[in-house]
Amino acid sequence: MADAAGTPEAAAPVLVIAGLRHDYGSAAVLRDFSFSAACGQHSLLLGPSGSGKTTLINLIAGLLAVRHGSIRIAGELMAGTPAARDDLRRRRIGIIFQTLRLVEALSVTANLRLAQKLAGRAPDEAEIARLLDEVGLAHRAGARPRALSQGEAQRAAVARALVGRPDLLIADEPTSALDDANAERIARLLVGTADAHGSTLLIATHDARLKAHIPHALVLTPIAAEAA
Amino acid sequence: MLGLAIAYLRDRALTTFLNVLLLALAVATLAILLLFSSQIGTRFERDAAGVELVVGAKGSPLQLILSSLYQIDAPTGNIPLASLAFLRSNRAVAQAIPLALGDQFQGFRIVGTEPAYADLYGAEFAEGRMFADAQEAVIGAEVARATGMGLGQRFVGSHGLSAGETEHDHAPFMAVGILQPTGTVIDRLVLVDVPSIWDAHGIHYGEEAAGEEHARHDEHESHQEHAGEAGMTPEITAVLVKYRSAFGAVSVPGMINRQTDMQAAVPAVETARLLGLLGAGVEGARIFAWLLAATGGLSIFVALLQAANAREGELALLRVMGATRAQLFGTIVMEALLIAVVGCALGLLLGHGALALAMGASDTLREVGISAWLLHPGELAIVAAVLGIALSAALIPALRVVRTDLAVTLARTR
Ligand SMILES: Nc1ncnc2c1ncn2[C@@H]1O[C@H](COP(=O)(O)OP(=O)(O)OP(=O)(O)O)[C@@H](O)[C@H]1O
Ligand SMILES: [Mg+2]
Repeated sequence: MADAAGTPEAAAPVLVIAGLRHDYGSAAVLRDFSFSAACGQHSLLLGPSGSGKTTLINLIAGLLAVRHGSIRIAGELMAGTPAARDDLRRRRIGIIFQTLRLVEALSVTANLRLAQKLAGRAPDEAEIARLLDEVGLAHRAGARPRALSQGEAQRAAVARALVGRPDLLIADEPTSALDDANAERIARLLVGTADAHGSTLLIATHDARLKAHIPHALVLTPIAAEAA
Repeated sequence: MLGLAIAYLRDRALTTFLNVLLLALAVATLAILLLFSSQIGTRFERDAAGVELVVGAKGSPLQLILSSLYQIDAPTGNIPLASLAFLRSNRAVAQAIPLALGDQFQGFRIVGTEPAYADLYGAEFAEGRMFADAQEAVIGAEVARATGMGLGQRFVGSHGLSAGETEHDHAPFMAVGILQPTGTVIDRLVLVDVPSIWDAHGIHYGEEAAGEEHARHDEHESHQEHAGEAGMTPEITAVLVKYRSAFGAVSVPGMINRQTDMQAAVPAVETARLLGLLGAGVEGARIFAWLLAATGGLSIFVALLQAANAREGELALLRVMGATRAQLFGTIVMEALLIAVVGCALGLLLGHGALALAMGASDTLREVGISAWLLHPGELAIVAAVLGIALSAALIPALRVVRTDLAVTLARTR
């Protein structure tokens, strides 16, 4: 169930990061990083370019292996083999990228249908229609991604990420290439839909415009700068 | 993931179409060659029906075999009726069946012979009985089907071996028997007794004719030249011989070729020669077709590799959406297999269709008696091989997709 507010589990934090460290070769990017996000809490991940935002997101999403420290998502450890991490991501996490949004060969609806299937959910056309309606794309449901505008494609990607009903919705730089009006829309949409679905939201960005929508911020400082 | 594979194929429809076409052409060529060579081989073997020697007028031995055993080519000429008795008197000869050719009914050959000819092919009667008298005819299954001829129906033969020549309206035949299909040459023949053929040509013959030795047998004289002429001597076209023992094969052909004006041709030798000639051409075409299939495989390989590179980001996205490595691997392999399956299906359809069309257009092919829609087990092997080619073409691109480091790919494609 999307709405699990009454259960004790809901009170527990969705994301718990403890003592996380990551290096690329000899270059350290994250050092002794800890963070916790309660269920339904929205956070911005801020920091200058090169501070390790994408790295952190890749670690949370299981695209990079956690070597030191731990990441728990809904109580499950994001660790182990790539297959185990894939499995956890599939069940718990929805990811939205800035440009990489949809499978070009499939229509918007087919993209959502595929995402639903890949997330291990039963086919539910009604939910797909409802989500598309929610992001204001009902009239573009049959369109190919390349026929969509930037803003439309971004909204479709939000719907695609939500169709798997993730506990944790991650967006990496969702607004950096958008004008103010569109950045505003995407921010509203992300917050609004995450709220509606009870998802926890984590947005990595150096776009200060988002602060108006998500007050809670987590700021990364480049380790190289610290050392200097 | 089948839906995704199909979507990807549709997304680059032209490349997909070309690859399908390439494989289809290869499969069609291979199927045609296979059907043609295998059916001709078995056809020849069945139609030979254990006949060990064919005796006829001098000329090309291959032509003699083709005309009298397989009923394809024109006869080499005629031989005196007495040669039948001459052969039968030879101790090494177990059976000698006379054939008198030269007429046809709506394109089907009328063969003057003896009841033993039908026994050669194990022909059973669907209706009626064997001819017992002059002007009685037994109809092959295919002839009955094609002409709609029924028992008791009268018809006249026309002179010559192809349809539409002068008719012998003075000597009509009556169908007294219809044979069941045998899958051999006899299905396409009308059988009558030998004197009926003479009657049709106005040749007078007496009871003594069978035993009488005739001095005049000009080997260059073709049967056609007899048309309508009265007072000709009764002749036959060829005699089919089976030996009493293996010794016959040693003595009889040599004796006939040396001591008479006739020639003796061995079916096994001539068909082997013919199949050998065909075989060289078939082999060349087969190599060409496999090259075509290999080109198709290579083309699939290039297309998939290109697609895998172009779709690198998208495939990473799919993984982020929850697709497993195995699923992505499966998608790529599925794309190749879909192309191959459609290519094979189209190719088989094309191959069989082309054969059917060719048979509709060519009398010779029809006379050879190839059935265009018969499936050969070898076609399964062709399909399996083409699927194998497609599979190996997909392997490298698929492995490449599976091996990609997600974090690096995502960093690069964003
Ligand atoms: N695959 C890699 N190998 C080596 N170093 C890397 C790799 N990926 C990132 N880095 C380095 O790690 C640091 C953090 O990179 P990351 O991409 O996490 O930064 P970011 O905060 O997302 O920056 P931006 O805001 O520009 O996207 C950078 O100094 C970068 O050069
Ligand atoms: Mg980044």
